[in-house]
Parts: sequence; structure tokens; C-alpha cells
Amino acid sequence: MEFFRNTKIDFLGWKWYFLGFSLIFSVAGLLSMFFWHGIPLGVDFKGGAQVRVKFAQPPDDNQIRAAMDRAGLHNARIQRFGSAANNEELISLEQKEISGASLDQGKEQIQEQIIKALDPNPPQGKNDINHVGTATLRDILATRDPLHVAPREYENVVRQILDFRNQRGVLKSIDELQGVVQPPVLDALKQDFFAGGFSIGGTSMVGPQVGAQLRKQALLATLYSLAGMLVYLWFRFEMIYGVAAVVAVFHDTLITLGAFSLTNTDITLTVIAAILTLVGYSMNDTIVVFDRIRENVKMMRRESLAEIVNRSINQTLSRTILTSGLTFLTVLSLYLFGGEVLRGFSFALVIGILIGTYSSIAVAAPMLVAYQDWRSGQSGRGTIGPASSTPVGRGKVGVKV
Amino acid sequence: MQKNLVTKAVGIIVILIFFLYGIFGIPKGLSGNAFKEALLSRINLGLDLKGGTYLILQVVVNEAVSSETDHTVEFLQEELKKANAPFTDVSKPDEKNQPELIVAKGIPLDQGSKLRSIVSDRLRDYDVVQGAQGSYNIVLKAAAANTIRQRAVEQSIDAIRRRIDALGVAEPTIQEHGLGDYQILVQLPGLDDPARVKEIIKRTARLEFRHALRNGQTYSSEEDARSQNGGFLPTNTELVLDKSVGAKANGTRYYLLEKVPIVSGTDVQNAEPATKADTNQPYVKFRLTTSAGEKFGAFTSAHNKNTQEPSPYLAIVLDNGVIEHAIINTEIRDEGEIEGGFTNETAKELALEVNSGALPASLRYLQEETVGASLGADSIHAGVKAAVFGMLAVMVFMLVYYRGAGINADLALFLNLVILLGFLGWSGATLTLPGIAGVILTVGMGVDSNVLIFERIREELRNGKAPSAAVDQGFGRAWVTIIDTHVTTIVSAFILFLFGSGPVKGFAVTLTFGLFANLFTAVFVSRVIFDAILARKQRGEALSI
Repeated sequence: MEFFRNTKIDFLGWKWYFLGFSLIFSVAGLLSMFFWHGIPLGVDFKGGAQVRVKFAQPPDDNQIRAAMDRAGLHNARIQRFGSAANNEELISLEQKEISGASLDQGKEQIQEQIIKALDPNPPQGKNDINHVGTATLRDILATRDPLHVAPREYENVVRQILDFRNQRGVLKSIDELQGVVQPPVLDALKQDFFAGGFSIGGTSMVGPQVGAQLRKQALLATLYSLAGMLVYLWFRFEMIYGVAAVVAVFHDTLITLGAFSLTNTDITLTVIAAILTLVGYSMNDTIVVFDRIRENVKMMRRESLAEIVNRSINQTLSRTILTSGLTFLTVLSLYLFGGEVLRGFSFALVIGILIGTYSSIAVAAPMLVAYQDWRSGQSGRGTIGPASSTPVGRGKVGVKV
Repeated sequence: MQKNLVTKAVGIIVILIFFLYGIFGIPKGLSGNAFKEALLSRINLGLDLKGGTYLILQVVVNEAVSSETDHTVEFLQEELKKANAPFTDVSKPDEKNQPELIVAKGIPLDQGSKLRSIVSDRLRDYDVVQGAQGSYNIVLKAAAANTIRQRAVEQSIDAIRRRIDALGVAEPTIQEHGLGDYQILVQLPGLDDPARVKEIIKRTARLEFRHALRNGQTYSSEEDARSQNGGFLPTNTELVLDKSVGAKANGTRYYLLEKVPIVSGTDVQNAEPATKADTNQPYVKFRLTTSAGEKFGAFTSAHNKNTQEPSPYLAIVLDNGVIEHAIINTEIRDEGEIEGGFTNETAKELALEVNSGALPASLRYLQEETVGASLGADSIHAGVKAAVFGMLAVMVFMLVYYRGAGINADLALFLNLVILLGFLGWSGATLTLPGIAGVILTVGMGVDSNVLIFERIREELRNGKAPSAAVDQGFGRAWVTIIDTHVTTIVSAFILFLFGSGPVKGFAVTLTFGLFANLFTAVFVSRVIFDAILARKQRGEALSI
């Protein structure tokens, strides 16, 4: 089976379309970054608090917001998490909204405030089964001692209860535990606990200092690694190859970030990992084409660089489409089945792989030719500069063996 | 040729077994569950996958520097007195921002050399500089200050580890975080109610026994204290808030204490909770080290209610609050009791904290993250499901598209994954969500290497080469490209590892090893399979690709 055989597509002939396409998307992204959504940073970069809440009943965003306002937590951002049937919401608070409770006083306080906001009148003297942790539950059960056994025997009971709760996400009532624990334990639980109608799946609190530090570190690490690649390519090929590859990768990153800004999707640390992945991927793609160009430059001494580049892209086209297609398949599967936590991550990869493949053909390779044209234009200034189809300047974008 | 192939095949199988062992160890049974359990016991999952609490703390290192210079201030005063050098004041003008600076005032010009010789002989870590208006600046050298800061971080890590261990949290990670920002990373896997642990980690537990001045007089505010002491506080004294049991009833009040403690928590050899036999009141019993016992004995024999020294009072200070204030009845040597109005729980906690060592400086929380166990499990399920779907789709496609050679590619991919996971099992590296990204890129590049090689072989076949020559050429040509793509990515992964923080590092580790595994599987293993197939073929028979 073979999809592409001896294609002879004039990719360089499309360079103006490519340029237009790249410009439209980069500029749209940039405009959104500067004038519309900005760069939507996740709580790990921006600082602030984020709590994931799972409700027993379908939640009402406006009610939650109103409850938070009443509790003094203003400007809470409330987003649905996962499908609607999940009844899960992500409540985010900005740094400055964490009133009174500084990060030092801790997450518990924010969590408590949120719990109080969502459940203002809990039964007196009872604990919420949906918020209780291992140690507390064990201590309470051991005190009540419904099974008349040693305190440490309750460890297992506690684990069963919490495993069941975690699996369910949230317990609607204590009675759901019927069958999970023995009847005397169930009765004991009913005396000390109630089911408050929501549970907290995860929380994160990030101080502004850490956010800034992470931003800086992620940016520096990326820039340094780009520089490292540039140096390697310079050493293996030529300076202009490195520059063209890095420009192409930069182009991909810009457009991907733009896509996050346009769709107002949060950029978190995991998204950064995805962006690093696409940097690696796009670079890989570019090098494959460059490698072929380098090989062909040695063999095809008569053709112009533009022709060589075109030929090289065509020769590797089958490989490019296959690899990208297959990787895209993996990533698409991640996007579709990977769940909510991986959503931002796989979104970056889905965009990144498309753009990364496109850029090695449409940005990096034409840049080599454009550079050569520019060089020969400079050396021929005053006379009529040779067009890109003449082999004059080829020696400049040559090869080291 | 044939024999050579066998050697290579055996080599590959040995490597496969080695890494399979890395993934599974020796499972207890052959059921799916036994394998799953074995897998989970070998491969470290990050907190984002397994659930738990993640804390980043900032050590306020300047406090450690400040307590060093506090001691030096006291030392200088004593030495200047001994040397008969008059001075009006030795103190730190800006403790908060410049904890390394001590200023000595009122030393006559002709006596300056005495100060200089004290510093150069006895305080090697300090420099003396002539300051404004005949004063002297005694500055802790930068290198010495940095050593103190670094040591404060190390001591904090030790103390936190001992405290967490005492609480029985399983497999905590406690390490320095970041590049020289004096931060500590604490990971507590599986912990679902971190509040109590957090409280105990953070408690400085700086226990001090200090001389209380003015016969136990209390002041309602700083202004009050100043006005009653002629406008300003005596040098090297400090107002400390009363946090003892009786304090609540009396409203906010302060004691005036000597700044430098007589002995402190680090001088306590052992502390344990106990209860009074008569009143059932919990208290903390302590024993001092021998040298501290002598120091304490010397002080208490000089300052007690039977001696002539002013203010025979002692204050026990915990984290900048007086928890006990009492008259000294008689000399105390190495054993004593703290009756800070404890409950059973708090007495136990204080004993634990004092035994595990006080923190040399206070800590501030910078980041705190809790991942619920269910959230982590969700991510694993979804991630694994997606990865399996993706892999299967890729493998089926390779078989359909390359037929016979597709088996090569599928074997290489599978082996690549085994080596990567086996490496994670062997090295104890942690698999995180970004780590999974590294795995995906690895798989992508693995597929790519195969496609590159196969396309090249097809090209050579089209140009009329014989199968064995085509395989040879195909591998040879593609090798150059593969090396370039892999080295470039490894270079960047290495840099990410050096400069990135936690999650980015995890990505870099899996990626780097995945790429090495890929060079081995896609190039070496796949080649061996090709050679084996070619060796069985008759001359002129076509290659299935």
C-alpha cells in the first residue's frame, strides 16, 4: 500500500499563500493576546486558589457565585469541569480575592470558606462525610467503637468507606454506604456524620512568588533549549538551517499560544509540557526535510536551491504525512478519551502537530530559499540580481559534511 | 552471518527480560490483577497521578543570619567590657533587611584598635569598616552569611523530615526546591487531610529560656513600655507577647526580656510529655545537654530569689510568645518542667517538635496542592485508555501499510515502551502527567524512525536495488536523519532537565530515555529482524514492505 508516489508538487510556488496563512493565524493570536483574552494562565502560573467541587445534584453557577459573594469571595470564576452529567465545577479565585486568608494561613481556610458558602447551615455537631479525611474518620469511629474492637482495626473500615466515596465522587446520603460497611458502623456513622451534597476533589493554592518563578523558569528553559538546538543544527548543517528551524518552531509556539488565547483555555504547567513536546516534534519534522535537502545539495549540483528544496519536500512527503497522521491519531485519541484533566494538554498537541507539520514545509524550507535569494541579491546589488532559479548562490546555503 | 544474528537475537531477548523485570518484578500470580499490582509497586507515580499533597515552603533564611548576629552582639559587648574599651551602643540598626550588619557606637578613636583585634582574632567571619560619626560597622562576610542560609535550609529539611516521620506519613519527599531560592519541597503521597501535618511542619518550635527583666512587670503596648523606661527600651532587650494560659483574661500584654536566650531548644537533649500526678495537668519534662546544663545552672544560681541580682525571673518563650513566666526559686541545672497550660495533644506535639529540632528560621507556604485520589485515578484511567487506543491504531495502520515490515515496526514500538517503562521501574524515576507527554513524543518519534527507514527502503527498491542492498542503503541513509533528530531532541531535553522545574524535569527524563530506547529498537532491533528475514529468502524474492 502506498499513498504518495513521486509527487511533484511545487510547494515553493505557494509561499505567498503560506505566508498569508501563517500571518493570519499569528496575528489573530497576537491580537487576542494583547486586546482580547490576554494569555489565559492557569492558577499555577498566576497564583491564586482553585478548588474542584463535585456536586450530588446538578449545580447552578449563579447560585454558587452568589453564595461565594455572600461569603466574601468575590469574582470567583466558575467553570464546568467535564461533561454536564458529571456535576463537577472548577472554582477559581484570584490572588487578590483570597480575602483575609493569606496563603500562609492556608488552603484549609479557603476550603472552609467555600464549604461555608456552599453549605451555610450544616447540622450542628456533625461532620460532613464528603469532606472527612482518613485520620479524622478513624479517630471518630474508634471513639464511637461500634464493633467493639481495637482502634487500629478501624483502619480497614475507613479505607473501604473512603475508597467507596472516592469512587463515587460524592455521597448523596450516608445510606449509600449500606453494603459497604456493617450495620453497626453505618448507625455510628449516621450519628456523627451527614452528607453535605458536594465533595472537594482537589485544591491548589499558589503564591504569587511561585507563579512568577514558574513563569520565568518555563520561559527560560524553553529559550535555552531552543538555543541548544540552534547550536547543534549550526554545527551539523549551517547557521541558516538552525535559524530557519528555530523560527519555524517559534512560529508554531506562537500560533498554539494564540489558539489558547482565542479559545480562552488556561495554560497550565501540563500545557507547557505539551508545548515542549510540540517543539520537539516540529523540530524533528523540520530536520527530516533539512536532512534530505543536505543530501540532495550534494547530489544535484546543477539544480537551483529552490528546485532542490521542492524535490526534498516531495521526497519526504510520504514520510511526513504518515508520521504526522499517526502521531495525530495518538493525540486525537488522547483529546477524545483522555478526560478533562488532559484536555488542555491534548488540545495543545492537536494544534501543535498540525502546525508543526505545516511549518516544516511552509516556513522552514522556504526560509532557506528566501535567505539565499537575499544573499545573492546583496552580492549582486547594482546589477540585475539573479533570480532564485539560478544556481549562483547555492554555495552559500550549502552543506558541511 | 547466521551465528552473528543468533547472538544479536539473544542479546535483544536478555534486554527485554531485564526491562520486563524492571516493570513487573516477579508478580505474585499470572492474573491481570497480580500484574497490575506488581506494576504499581515498581513504578513510582507522581502525586498528580496518585493523589496526595504537595507543598512548597520558603525558609525565611534571614532569621537564621539574624540569630547568629544576635549572639555576636552579646559577645562583642562582653569582650569590649573585658578589654576596658568604652562604648555607648552595640546593636543592629536594621534587623529585618540587613541582618548581617552590626553597628558599634561611641568607641573613642584611640580604642578602635581593640575592637579591630577582637574581630580579627575571635570573629573571623566578620569584617570591620569605619562607619559614619566615629561608629564602626561589623559586617558578617557574604560567604559566611550564605553558609548560614544554606545550613538553615538543610536543618529545616532535617527537622521537617523528623517531624513527618514521627507522624507516620508514608514515603514523604522532602528536598530543596529550585535553584538557590531557599525553598523546600514537601510531597506527602496519599495524604487526604493535610491540615494537621501542615501545622506541625510549619511550627518553628523555637523554644527559648530567657531572662525576664523588671521583676515580671507587664506592659500593655510598646509605647507603654517605652514611656515607663525613659523613652526607649534598654539595648538588646525585646518586648514579647504573653501567650500563657492566664494571658487571655489579662488582655494583650508584653514582658520585657533579654534578647539573647540563656539556653534554647537545641540545648534540650530530650523532651517528653507527662502529667502531674496531683492535678492531672499535662506538662513537658525536659533534660538539657551537659554544657547547657552548666550554663543554665550558672545563671540560675546567680539569679534566684535568694540572690541580690535584679529581677530573678525566667520566661519560657515558644515561637515569640511567652508561654510561662515564673520566679526562679533555686538553682536549676539540667532538668526541668514546662507547665505552659498544655492539653495532652499540645504537650505531645511540643515534645515532638523540640525533639525533632527547632527550625532555625520560620517557614512560609508558597504553594500548596492537593490532588484527590479519585482525580489522580481518573487521569490514569483516561490517559492509559487513550494511549492504548492510539497505540493500537498506529500498530494496525503500520501492519496494513507496510505488511511484513509492519511487524518490525510494531515489535520495535512495543519493545520501546517496555524499555521506557522498565527504565522507570529500575531508576525509581517518577511518572507524572508531563512524563506521559514525554512517552507520547517518544512513541511519535519511534513511529517516525520506522517510517523514515521503510520509506527509504521502498525508494531504494523502486530504484531497482536488490532487497538486501535496499535494506542496507535504507538504514544507512535514514540513520543520518535519525541521529540528527534524536540528538537535537536529547540536547533540548537535557537543557530542560537542567533549567526546568519539577514537572518539566519529569518530561525531560522520560523523553531522553525514550529516545535512547528508540535508537536501539528502531535501528538495531528492526535491522536484526530484517536481516533474519533476508537470510531466509531466496535470491530475487521480493521483500514484504
